[in-house]
Amino acid sequence: MALLQIAEPGQSTAPHQHRLAVGIDLGTTNSLVATVRNGVAVVLNDADGHALLPSVVRYAPDGSVAVGYAAQAEAARDPKNTIVSVKRFMGRGLKDIAHAESAPYDFVDAPGMVRLRTVAGVKSPVEVSAEILRTLRLRAEAALGGPLVGAVVTVPAYFDDAQRQATKDAAQLAGLNVLRLLNEPTAAAIAYGLDNAAEGVYAVYDLGGGTFDLSILRLSKGVFEVLATSGDAALGGDDFDQRLFCWIVEQARLAPLSPEDARLLLAKAREAKEQLTTHAETRVTATLTSGEVVDVVVTQQQFWDMTRHLVQKTLAPTRKALRDAGLAPEEVKGVVMVGGATRMPNVQQAVAEFFKQTPLNNLDPDKVVALGAAMQANVLAGNRTADDDWLLLDVIPLSLGLETMGGLVEKIIPRNSTIPIAKAQDFTTFKDGQTAMSLHVVQGERELVSDCRSLARFELRGIPPMAAGAARIRVTFQVDADGLLSVSARESTTGVQASVTVKPSYGLADEDITRMLKESFEHAREDMHARALREQQVEAARVIEAVESALAQDGDLLNEQETATIRALIEELRAALPEPADHRALKRLIDKVAKGTEEFAARRMDRSIKRALAGKKIEQL
Amino acid sequence: MALDLSRNHFELFGLPARFDVPQARIDGAYREIQAQVHPDRFAHAGEAERRVSMQWAARVNEAYQTLKSPLKRAVYLLELQGMDVGAERNTAMPAEFLMEQMEWREAVEEAEASRSVDALEALHARLRGEMRAQYAELGRLIDEVRDFEAATGLVRKLMFMEKLQSEIGDALAALEDD
Ligand SMILES: Nc1ncnc2c1ncn2[C@@H]1O[C@H](COP(=O)(O)OP(=O)(O)O)[C@@H](O)[C@H]1O
Ligand SMILES: [Mg+2]
Repeated sequence: MALLQIAEPGQSTAPHQHRLAVGIDLGTTNSLVATVRNGVAVVLNDADGHALLPSVVRYAPDGSVAVGYAAQAEAARDPKNTIVSVKRFMGRGLKDIAHAESAPYDFVDAPGMVRLRTVAGVKSPVEVSAEILRTLRLRAEAALGGPLVGAVVTVPAYFDDAQRQATKDAAQLAGLNVLRLLNEPTAAAIAYGLDNAAEGVYAVYDLGGGTFDLSILRLSKGVFEVLATSGDAALGGDDFDQRLFCWIVEQARLAPLSPEDARLLLAKAREAKEQLTTHAETRVTATLTSGEVVDVVVTQQQFWDMTRHLVQKTLAPTRKALRDAGLAPEEVKGVVMVGGATRMPNVQQAVAEFFKQTPLNNLDPDKVVALGAAMQANVLAGNRTADDDWLLLDVIPLSLGLETMGGLVEKIIPRNSTIPIAKAQDFTTFKDGQTAMSLHVVQGERELVSDCRSLARFELRGIPPMAAGAARIRVTFQVDADGLLSVSARESTTGVQASVTVKPSYGLADEDITRMLKESFEHAREDMHARALREQQVEAARVIEAVESALAQDGDLLNEQETATIRALIEELRAALPEPADHRALKRLIDKVAKGTEEFAARRMDRSIKRALAGKKIEQL
Repeated sequence: MALDLSRNHFELFGLPARFDVPQARIDGAYREIQAQVHPDRFAHAGEAERRVSMQWAARVNEAYQTLKSPLKRAVYLLELQGMDVGAERNTAMPAEFLMEQMEWREAVEEAEASRSVDALEALHARLRGEMRAQYAELGRLIDEVRDFEAATGLVRKLMFMEKLQSEIGDALAALEDD
């Protein structure tokens, strides 16, 4: 490390105060919440001692909402109003959903993202997910004894922009301040790597209920660098259940099933699947609503044969990730197994054969993601200690691009680019006098727009009329540390600037989110404004503290005049803090400080880079 | 904004402007700087710092992308020398090279048609070996001989080869996805 000891940016000079932050694994099947307590990451259990919260939400006719085990118990009786595996619907349209016809829900096709009609009204998957997240937030606040500063919420690495945005919105709706969206395999790598002081190239193989991720990371001197990631956002243990379910239906020669019976048999199939992890054979018995009795025996070998293609299906993304990372399977030092479905012996065996080594199973595949997220949350919340000198460098899983002539895709940011990243590309008009240009933002690896996911469409207007090919339209893609994209476009040949910034959406407009927020707060009898005000007050205090600590460390970078200006700005904010007019007034003052300190922040950054490199050169002598 | 764009990528990373730079030094400098500027270090700081951090981290990532790839590094170095490398579309390549390229392409198409993963992987490995030799020559041309004309010609050839290599990768992926 650098010879010059530099105070950590973001580290407060004020006496140490532990900030409450959690990591949340929002799974297809199960969700968990964890935190770092006395330097150790721990999962927070519910009042009954359960760590896992089944990701199941039930809307009851009386307007109440049940989440977790209580909801799961009703799944077979009330399948239409009991939503399981909602994560499969996040950021997805009806046409994207596999087996939609056999799912027991009343789907409502909506632009961007599908909705579900329940007894409590039409629900977006974002709202359903928010119920799960809210339950976990309340669990954490009860356990930790106070409101949270924020949360790190995990997403499958292979989630695209729409799915990530949907997850972030759900967290916001649940009253969580999202410190970061973190990729699940990366979270697992943090937990594994920090616990085992691992160094070298590792693969994380994460097969959960509904998603498969494969990430390749290089762990070196506290840096976790994702080299490549790949996966299948619709492949998991659920598919093994589905396969076994179909087999049972065939074996027992059953007529088409009612939603209730289908749900029941699917649950039985899942139990049988889990049994076959440790037993050579198992018996499936069920009594259908008609009174018909199902009774079949399935052996381990039969199950492995019927699901062989599913296991094989995970190896294609595995090969692709290795190829993208420029590595052979032998160069991987260890394979970390994550997700409940990796308990299946046939999965273990396939992975062992592929990597020619026994996978690492010395951690709990259910908890490792939440634990890693908690470690990251702890650091991001400002509780970094000397032991936490590690850094995470993650990537985007899928290429981002624009539609060009003939329905082809022009890639702007290739997959596996390290984030954050900004890239600009110039385009031009193709007609004389053209004054507008429409832009279609897509994500995916294929050449044809129709084979990629459409993220956003927008139009740049006000281009001065020019000959075809004369305009210079610069389109900038920016992906932040959450992996979320924003796009802007500007025409600049004539000095006339037309610009527009678009954040991709998936059918939920900002107003929708605001409305849902309002409804949910009314529901909780909480005053939205009071909450917003409280949040801004916390933010203001944070800003004051951050600027003061910056002045204490690097005040010499400013002249007297500049120092006085910044001091005046924070005094203005401090004065307004106890009794602000409203949250907007406070926000305006916070923004003013932000603007007024940007130059200072840039100079500090410059200094820290120079110091880091200077330290390095001395070391090299 | 004081985001200093005047420093070139090599200066930013504190490295000599040469083609032949050990990968470990590039990686090391990248990590040192990213450890200072990455948004994770500023998640709890003020908005101004978060914004500056995001810009810097993106800038450092961009520089790293350019420096760590031998082809991009060479293009960048040649551009710093005032060469117009991107003009490959209107520059005629030597006939002999084009013949070779055609042979390569035929071999790839054949392997694709017969759906042979092994054949594609063998081509991938062979091409990698050939490019390695060409890159060594490129280093000599840029760092020692300082013949930027010749280096530009070689870079254009390598562009073809890299493109072919990534097409073989795509073909392999397509076979495996089926
Ligand atoms: N012992 C087991 N044998 C086989 N599969 C299991 C076992 N335990 C859990 N699973 C499967 O793991 C999946 C859930 O894994 P989990 O990691 O909790 O998923 P998610 O992250 O998607 O919520 C389910 O399909 C479940 O049936
Ligand atoms: Mg999971």
